[in-house]
Amino acid sequence: MAELLKTIDWSPMYLSLKTGILATVLTFFLGIGAASLIMRCNNTVKAILDGILTLPLVLPPTVAGFLLLLLFSLRRPFGSFLMDSMHLKMVQTWPGCVVAAFVISFPLMYRNARAAFEQVDPTMIYAGRTLGLTERTIFWKITVPIAAPGLASGTILSFARAIGEYGATTMLAGNIQGKTRTVSVAIASEVSAGNWDIAGFWVLVIVVLSFVIVLSLNIIAGKNKLCGSRWS
Amino acid sequence: MSLLVKIQKQFSGFSLNVEFETEGGCMGILGASGCGKSMTLKCVAGILKPDKGRIVHNKKILFDSDLGINLPVRKRKVGYLFQNYALFPTMTVEENLKIAVFGKEKEKRTQVAEQILRFQLEGLRHHFPSQLSGGQQQRVALARMLLTRPDMILLDEPFSALDGYLKDSLQIAMLEQLREFSGEVLFVSHSRDEIFRFCDQMTVISGGKTVKTGETKEIFQNPQVAEAAKLTGCKNLSAMERISDYELFAKDWNIKLKTEKKIQKAIGYVGIRGHHLLPWDSPDGENIMRIQVSKTSDTPFHRQILFQNAEAESSKRIWWIQEKKSMKRTYLEYIPLYIKFPKEDIMLLS
Repeated sequence: MAELLKTIDWSPMYLSLKTGILATVLTFFLGIGAASLIMRCNNTVKAILDGILTLPLVLPPTVAGFLLLLLFSLRRPFGSFLMDSMHLKMVQTWPGCVVAAFVISFPLMYRNARAAFEQVDPTMIYAGRTLGLTERTIFWKITVPIAAPGLASGTILSFARAIGEYGATTMLAGNIQGKTRTVSVAIASEVSAGNWDIAGFWVLVIVVLSFVIVLSLNIIAGKNKLCGSRWS
Repeated sequence: MSLLVKIQKQFSGFSLNVEFETEGGCMGILGASGCGKSMTLKCVAGILKPDKGRIVHNKKILFDSDLGINLPVRKRKVGYLFQNYALFPTMTVEENLKIAVFGKEKEKRTQVAEQILRFQLEGLRHHFPSQLSGGQQQRVALARMLLTRPDMILLDEPFSALDGYLKDSLQIAMLEQLREFSGEVLFVSHSRDEIFRFCDQMTVISGGKTVKTGETKEIFQNPQVAEAAKLTGCKNLSAMERISDYELFAKDWNIKLKTEKKIQKAIGYVGIRGHHLLPWDSPDGENIMRIQVSKTSDTPFHRQILFQNAEAESSKRIWWIQEKKSMKRTYLEYIPLYIKFPKEDIMLLS
């Protein structure tokens, strides 16, 4: 084991964490933004938009990867536009990892945020308005704090999902060591190269990390409960 | 000081059509649950948008469908006391008050501190709403609402969430706190006692429509409309037929009644309050009914006797409410053979 630790290349770990954190930051703000936008829509628009925003959650990640590849390919208008105007290349690059992780984890944040906002008693918002507060103040000082537990669990879930992203990532960003090989991509390539001990090490890392994430989720959720065990 | 409300709003299966006017003071809005009282209040506050109509307060147009004016809630300067008080659960009492004050930090602090003193909230300053009793929550909500210096105050069933013992003392406290307020107060309630206690003027709403508007005492004395009579606590109502100017036949009770007031053509119902009925020993006299008692029930201070006309088996049952002067059984067991409908207490209703 000690030998293994000495020889191991840690870059997948850094890449995974970097990707996960950046994708979660994006997903946090855009998920909340999308949820608060949806809350203002009427039912028909809501149903359609919600369907589109939730799609990445139910599609196989390879399908999402395929579509992302279509969108960002340098031979296509949007991809070449990004390259020309901002020198931004998504295919086979680290930004591609972030985009893939973001797209896959986004619906988790959006859905949790929306559920949390729907739990907020509209009377609170009306009360804020009669007190003369602006919509902005009402949102940040009243709605978000009330919805905080739901937003927190949404954030943790999307972080967990972003860190473990594999399918869309390999399709869009590929598997370049030190550049786009995240932990989950590394596991697959180490196994196919026959390095079972290295793959096993990364599996252990992912299992421990995921358990810690779920544990912290449960601690957050348990904080606001009055009774510990309901059924005993 | 004046408020004019004239609004229409269509919902699926329910339409609101309310109209009233008030000049200063406290206006009560009385109605059964689900009749549109709270909805009316929400329209005045701007939380709901009526389909049609006008809301004008002190010459300021809050809403006018013809002119296309619909002032946002925060520009209407209304204080709204919600039924569940709507304190922000993630903020302490102090923070709940502070968010309603605008201006410099120092100014905010002094205003909040003053309000905390005025409403005796010193010990509760750092409590969260979930740690407060219903009465304390109401006090905080009232304090918070008054900090915004509203032009008009809307009270939505302010006492319905409190238990009876607290209610009386809190009502007196609230009267005290609102005394300094010079603008309009709209007080929505399903309790006639509360409306009677708080409001000089009142509006009766039934099924989304205004039934009657006027002086509270006047409406309680002479409701004029059957719906208003019912909501002001008249339990006995009957359809009627006019016999002459001063005599009618109450169809549901199967009895001819003489009246003191002249019976107008538009009158269709007759009513009498349960506590106006008198026990009687003989069939002699005016407006006497031989009765058959079907049920009696006791509350601590009243006894309610449900009886019907002994001569007409299928006639509608009538409530007679007796105040208990003593709780001795002998007195309670006395049940008269006849009941008199005093003609000065008979209400003629359209």
